[in-house]
Amino acid sequence: MSVVGTHGEAEIERPPTGTAAAPETPLRRLMADYFESRLATAAFVLLVTIIALALLAPLIVPQNPYNLAEVDVLDSRLPPGTKGMAGYTYWLGTDGAGRDLVSAMLYGLRISLAVGVVSCLIATVIGAAVGLIAAYVGGRTESLLMRLVDLQLSFPAILIALILIAILGKGVDKIIIALVTVQWAYYARTVRGTALAEMSKDYVEAARCLGLSHARILFRQILPNVLPPLIVVATVQAAHAIALEATLSFLGVGLPRTEPSLGLLISNGFEYMLSGKYWISFFPGVVLLATIMAINLVGDQLRDVLNPRLKR
Amino acid sequence: MTAAVEAEVVNRAPTLEVVDLKTHFFTKAGVVRAVDGVSLRVAPGEVLGLVGESGCGKSVTGYSILGLIDPSGRIVSGRIAFAGRDLVRLPEDELRALRGSRIAMIFQDPMMTLNPVLRVDTQMVEAILAHRRMPHGEAWALARDALAQVGIPSPERRLKSYPHELSGGMRQRVAIATAFINKPDLVIADEPTTALDVTIQAQILHEAQELCRRTGTAMIWISHDLAVVSSLADRIAVMYAGVIVEEGRASDVIGAPLHPYTRGLLGSVPSANARGTRLAQIPGMTPSLINLAPGCRFRARCPRADAECTSEPAISEPLAHRQVRCWRPHLEGAMP
Repeated sequence: MSVVGTHGEAEIERPPTGTAAAPETPLRRLMADYFESRLATAAFVLLVTIIALALLAPLIVPQNPYNLAEVDVLDSRLPPGTKGMAGYTYWLGTDGAGRDLVSAMLYGLRISLAVGVVSCLIATVIGAAVGLIAAYVGGRTESLLMRLVDLQLSFPAILIALILIAILGKGVDKIIIALVTVQWAYYARTVRGTALAEMSKDYVEAARCLGLSHARILFRQILPNVLPPLIVVATVQAAHAIALEATLSFLGVGLPRTEPSLGLLISNGFEYMLSGKYWISFFPGVVLLATIMAINLVGDQLRDVLNPRLKR
Repeated sequence: MTAAVEAEVVNRAPTLEVVDLKTHFFTKAGVVRAVDGVSLRVAPGEVLGLVGESGCGKSVTGYSILGLIDPSGRIVSGRIAFAGRDLVRLPEDELRALRGSRIAMIFQDPMMTLNPVLRVDTQMVEAILAHRRMPHGEAWALARDALAQVGIPSPERRLKSYPHELSGGMRQRVAIATAFINKPDLVIADEPTTALDVTIQAQILHEAQELCRRTGTAMIWISHDLAVVSSLADRIAVMYAGVIVEEGRASDVIGAPLHPYTRGLLGSVPSANARGTRLAQIPGMTPSLINLAPGCRFRARCPRADAECTSEPAISEPLAHRQVRCWRPHLEGAMP
């Protein structure tokens, strides 16, 4: 079939790079770049460990802290290492309601992570859609959407969240709505900026010349190119969401007291801090810190790896 | 091209006929008359070279045919007859159905026109499925055959590559294969070889020409490079400041240019037998397209200009199959 151009072989055949078995896909390259840094690798391992602990919590911990039948109020505020009435040792002590702190923390971690990740995903989808549409349509639609973003970002996140919780009431779903509301604007702004830059590139013009529909150009051609910054923002914002949820819970406006997240655990132990019962607030605080730090470190490294301008 | 084939080309109904096309851009500084009365026609299987300096309106002519003018610009008047319809008056969704299926475009820089994060097969299959309903596997097979046709060895492997894994020449081959994949009636190529080195350029030219001959696709090859166009095109149209100043068979236009501007262009091409001598330049600059003085647009730079040139010359046909927009064409050198 090849009638023409067989004379072009010399130019066409390029020496295979790297190992022959592994074709270089963007993902492979990304992973190789990512794990170059030892700190980032450690952060990644830590994050995976934390997520695994949270997912497997019911299998690991001795007690279901939400089951009142398993919790003994007489065991409340025991220091770390005490052996309890139920026959197992409270390695990190117990909180004011007599919950084993290890169990309460891992269950709390589940809630914190779930709230952070879910709100982050929803905010990503909404923000990305708004940003893409604003960039693609332009004109008045763009101005309107972007002023909305400015308005949103001009208020402190905690203030908006508090107002929303005050209106909506307590509960996991309400917290997620509040977090999405304060976060979508970051995604929208990032995506719009990147999409605008992408749209001036020739491949978009070429896609137009191929007669692709607007939806196809937007979601199949431009969106994949916008993903790198979107992933970075999503990582950092997931950490923010977890911190914000902890803050709201600490202020006592977040989740129900019977099913404490990390922030609520910290809040519960706060009153005992001065009387020397440090562990109730301290250990959940450490876990929260480790989680947020791990996510942020992973996000930082992703930003370096995904940004072509920072390539060494 | 033999005489018989040529006669056939002339007699066949043209694939595309542009009549008195005017595309103007409305900017703050004034109205830019980028295309100001262009008429041209291309027959099936024919390659028309559209030549001119940067900013003479040749690319805008191409984009006008595709209906992809930037918002500040607009087709003011004229007719673009294609497949029995006038593209100027066609609604956007019908135009989009034509783009990529009946009219395709090849761009200058193959590094930029392929989506950097999508595999070659994704992009080619997308181009097919935008216009035809068929199973994904069938579209994939079409893409593979299309790559084989433009001389890409082991097309299966290439389809699974990302654009950055391909060389410049290969990427342009992919772009050409994509343009031809829906068997278009017309392909507009906007300086597709400018970014390639000379040896690859020759191959690409050859392949594009072959494809047109084989499929009967008409092609408009936009270029600033007369040498490239002369080796490829059947006919050449020379554009200057928004109008076509000369048109004719490639050999005629190159061999005996009628318009002083074409002469100037040919004179400024370096050649081996004029080594050491200073290249002929066309004096002056291309005029601003905002405030064009009446009369011949080339007047200020033309060595033959006289009083008559202050009125706009009409297009005339002083010789068979040759058109020129000039009061003082170089008829003395041309065979009658």
